[in-house]
Amino acid sequence: MAGPDAVQAPEPAVRLRGIWKTYSGGVQANRGIDLAVRAGSIHGLLGENGAGKSTLMKVLFGLVSPTRGGIELSGRKVRFGSPADALEARVGMVQQHFSLIPDFTVTQNLILGNEPTTRFGRLALRAAAARIQELSDRYGFRIDPNARVADMSVGARQRVEILKILHRGAEVLILDEPTAALTPQESAELHGVLRTLREQGRTVIFISHKLAEVIDLCDRVTVLRDGEVVGEREIGPEHRGPGPDRDAVERDLARMMVGRDLPAGPGRPHAPGAPVLILSGATDGGALAPIDMEVRGGEIVGLAGVEGNGQNELIELILGIRGCASGRILLNGTDVTRWPVDRRLRAGIGHIAEDRQSAALVMSMPVAENALLGYQNQPRFHRRGRWLSVQRIRDFAAELVRRFDVRTPSVRVTASSLSGGNQQKLVVGRELARRPSLIVAAQPTRGLDLAATSFVHEELDELRADGRGVLLVSLDLTEIMTLSDRILVVSGGAMVGSARPSEVDEETLGLWMTRGRTDRTGSVEAAAT
Amino acid sequence: MRVFSIGLVISGIHLSMPLLFAAYGGLVSERSGVINIALEGMMLFGAFLGVAVTFWTGSPWLGLAAGVGLGILLGALHGLLSITVRADQIVSATAINLLALGVTAALIPTIWGQPGVSPTVARIPPVVLPGLSDLPLVGEIFAELSILDYVGFLMVPVAFYVLYRTPLGLRLRACGEVPEAAASTGVDVIRTRYLAVLTSGALAALGGVYLSLVQVGLFQRGMTQGRGFIALAAMIFGKWRPLPILAASLLLGFADAFQFRAQAVGLPLPHDLLLALPYLVALVALATFIGRATAPGAIGKPYVKD
Amino acid sequence: MSAPKDPGNGRLRSAGPPDSALLPATTWSGRLTDALGGPLRNARNFALVLVAALVAGIPLLYAAGSDPLNGYGALFEGSIGSKQALAETLVSMMPLLLGGLAVAVAFQAGLFNIGVEGQLLMGGLVAGTIGAKLDLPAGIHVLVAVAGAMLAGGLWALIPALLKAFRGVHEVITTIMLNYVAFSVSRYLVKPGGLLVSRTQPSATELVAPSAGLPRIWSPTRLHAGIFIVVVAVGFMWYLVFRTSLGYRFRVVGRNPVAARFHGISPPRAIVQAMLVSGAFAGLAGANEVLGLHHRYFDQFSPGYGFDAIGVALLGSLNPIGVAAAAFFFGMLRSGSVLLQAVAGVSRDMISAFSGLVVGFAAAVTLVDRILGRRRRMRTGEGLPSPAGVTTQEGAPV
Repeated sequence: MAGPDAVQAPEPAVRLRGIWKTYSGGVQANRGIDLAVRAGSIHGLLGENGAGKSTLMKVLFGLVSPTRGGIELSGRKVRFGSPADALEARVGMVQQHFSLIPDFTVTQNLILGNEPTTRFGRLALRAAAARIQELSDRYGFRIDPNARVADMSVGARQRVEILKILHRGAEVLILDEPTAALTPQESAELHGVLRTLREQGRTVIFISHKLAEVIDLCDRVTVLRDGEVVGEREIGPEHRGPGPDRDAVERDLARMMVGRDLPAGPGRPHAPGAPVLILSGATDGGALAPIDMEVRGGEIVGLAGVEGNGQNELIELILGIRGCASGRILLNGTDVTRWPVDRRLRAGIGHIAEDRQSAALVMSMPVAENALLGYQNQPRFHRRGRWLSVQRIRDFAAELVRRFDVRTPSVRVTASSLSGGNQQKLVVGRELARRPSLIVAAQPTRGLDLAATSFVHEELDELRADGRGVLLVSLDLTEIMTLSDRILVVSGGAMVGSARPSEVDEETLGLWMTRGRTDRTGSVEAAAT
Repeated sequence: MRVFSIGLVISGIHLSMPLLFAAYGGLVSERSGVINIALEGMMLFGAFLGVAVTFWTGSPWLGLAAGVGLGILLGALHGLLSITVRADQIVSATAINLLALGVTAALIPTIWGQPGVSPTVARIPPVVLPGLSDLPLVGEIFAELSILDYVGFLMVPVAFYVLYRTPLGLRLRACGEVPEAAASTGVDVIRTRYLAVLTSGALAALGGVYLSLVQVGLFQRGMTQGRGFIALAAMIFGKWRPLPILAASLLLGFADAFQFRAQAVGLPLPHDLLLALPYLVALVALATFIGRATAPGAIGKPYVKD
Repeated sequence: MSAPKDPGNGRLRSAGPPDSALLPATTWSGRLTDALGGPLRNARNFALVLVAALVAGIPLLYAAGSDPLNGYGALFEGSIGSKQALAETLVSMMPLLLGGLAVAVAFQAGLFNIGVEGQLLMGGLVAGTIGAKLDLPAGIHVLVAVAGAMLAGGLWALIPALLKAFRGVHEVITTIMLNYVAFSVSRYLVKPGGLLVSRTQPSATELVAPSAGLPRIWSPTRLHAGIFIVVVAVGFMWYLVFRTSLGYRFRVVGRNPVAARFHGISPPRAIVQAMLVSGAFAGLAGANEVLGLHHRYFDQFSPGYGFDAIGVALLGSLNPIGVAAAAFFFGMLRSGSVLLQAVAGVSRDMISAFSGLVVGFAAAVTLVDRILGRRRRMRTGEGLPSPAGVTTQEGAPV
């Protein structure tokens, strides 16, 4: 493999030629992608969710076989049938899920599948740990080989993941959104590790949808959109510091990524009504700091934050699944702090759950009975006391199906037989049909295609126009910027910022999201409202 | 005769041993991610075939081998249902339990011409270790121990070693925690789980054989009396770890021994109520057991290769 | 208060042409599949499981020393070959059906109640005691005895329910443990010198007063008025499970406890409620036997109805109508087994083995669904909950 200091234009470490991937559902994730990655460089792969980045890298790692196209490593044609083949060829990938066993130590995780033994078949744990320690020190990983993964921070786990593929001998390292769940300090530490790897001659492919870190870290960036390469930029030191060069390349990449300039707020009159939801000092006494916030009728409040910074806990607190240890929660002016879930729903909360399959639907039950979920105690579906009226439930479900264009042959098929988009339409329809004064929409467009996404966005917009309050929780900053009247930023379980979309850019939001708690004073307001 | 005596210790060991074997059977299976509530049925089948083969051949050793062999077959059946067919692991194991109860009881009259109980057969004898059994006090205990008791006690360090100190144990535990992660490093999850379930069947059947061929030397309709489930309780109370499971098995076995002993020495306690003692102790042990944190992460979830 | 200003305006707007949805249901075949999809699949699974179990039973019969054809012939003749036999089949069907409903309703809520046997014993004991010891007017006496039995069964099931809901202990172990405790306690109470033992009959309570007995209705057979209770129970359970908010909550909790919590259904509460209903039905099964058939409680009056009930419930796909059909079939086995033993020399215990086969094939039949499901994605009806998969918030490992 060519080193970083090879003089004459060496063969790239990785070259992908004309990669096409069409999934069985007909989705074209990659449409003729060409990519060349210099040996000993950090190469950024930038694009929005669904742009085809992960698929492309899964092709390179042998997890997905391409419909067409070929792979070359340092000029040599290869074909990977499985990740084992890729690892054999010294290509390793850190995926987003399922790679470490929390109950095991670092050493145990790293040797799994390829365990060194002493005589009598005993695991040579001590020798392995020493090797791992040495590897960790060489690249500045700061990992204790004998620590249990479950006891480690998310950032340290991410480094263990990388250590794991290094331990397996990877020269080319693919990292799929490695900083998605990291704090800024952890991200910075990871960046340091990756730079060390580059200095030592390894090649890194870094998948991300965050502009700033790609510019900070990468030597070259390829931007994907809708399964195609839409542009490439070389990044030099002049782009890294703040200044016009950086601004220019940032705007450039952003335009390539989304196909338009970044939206500057919804650009519509914002005339909120009375508060629908008020939290004053509300906390679960655990993951959440005391929260002050409000959502008014006729506005969409976007809640931005890095995944796992208290969003789920906050939603559970609002819905009543999580108990409120102190503080108060008011819904339409009524104190609901001690109310059970059922009563809050009836009082006017709709909830579009983040994971529809596990939290919003019962997959093995018919569409009609899924339409009933959350309404099971409402007299409108009862007759003669507590008997359920099947006719009314089916009529209601049929109405949802019709009005929200849920594609299903009937309301008696199970929810599992609907496509993801139609499942989400069913959920959205059901929650809106409650005519809630507050809708909590958690990642309402995750995993949806464009048509379904714009359907959900239109519905949220109409709710707003109708004078209802919307709390939009999303990891997708573009979505938040486009839809919200106000943006709240959560970090480490606390509210760390509040702004109108016209007042901030994504970078500032990102800063609050990642540095919120350590950087509370100064420009960032203490809390919302 | 007093309740607390050497006799209680001997009887306690004898009553703990089947629990220990079965609980370790549960341990091996569940650490690989497969729930095994079929321990009861595997014990019963093992106890039954052990006696039947001893009856036919006159050799308790052949009976032992046959019983354990049947346990392995039942393990394969449980594996087929819960790993390959991916049926609900609890329901499919219940099938084995019901089958065991029915088949063993129904075959008693066919084989022995009398309902309910077999005639007595040759037992697996105690091993006399010269020296040990002559020791004062504890010698009495050693005089009563058979080879299977030594196997049982030896099983504890062996299981500990295999589980925590060998590649096999590492892979087994990985399959029970995050099978997808294990598979991504090249571990064959399906094969590992089958191996675990087969071992589980062998150990549970060994517990049954102990019951019939060491303790009493006969087979009786439904003679396991829920011991497979008590073993399961010992496994849970022992937090899926070898050493605590040993302690839990001894606790439950001695509760049983106390109950028998109290009856034998004529304590003025109602015997029928005392019979419930081991079950009540198990219930209390489970009720005080806290949380899921110690259970293997992927327990009960079928592994689907993509 | 900022309730929407104009609640009447058409928020639920029409999107897309109305004819794009609900297509097949507008054709007669679509409507038929709609209405029968679930029941048809249940019936198909019923037949598949039954045939598989009958085939797998052949080597067992053979091992038990009977010519299988002869054996099945004897079973058949002994169960529906005569008026007397048919009546005995119905008599055996009753406790199996009530027990099967008990297993099924708990299963709907994701709970595997294998403690029906113990709950049934406690119910029978209480019914027998109330029937013998209390002096009440006819009619009222039966009602009180039955109510007492259902309460006893429910309370016996409450223990594992609370342990599961609030301590996260899996019900499979606790219900089994409580079976053995029930055996001990009931035996203790009717042993010589026991609290409830009859003066004339060891290991039994006194005969129940005529005012508490269920009359025979088809002399000279043993068929008794309990059959009416059973018919009502099937209808009641069907309505409870499929037509009430309570039953709906059970089914949601059994299939997706997380979604249940997010929509105002408390899994712990549903667990307790479902186990109470389940235990009450098991208690009813015991009362039905004691008040209608034996007219007294005696030790071991149940030959394992509570365990056969598991097979009954699963063979019936947890649907009360299916459970009734399955119970009739198991009743045939029970009554036919008398002749099987007399003619072919096969022990009646073989029936439990058959129950095991049924449960095994019922568990494996998901494979058939999966294979068929690959070809036809659209499913009607609903899937079964999984006791291995269902956990409360605290979790309940086995």
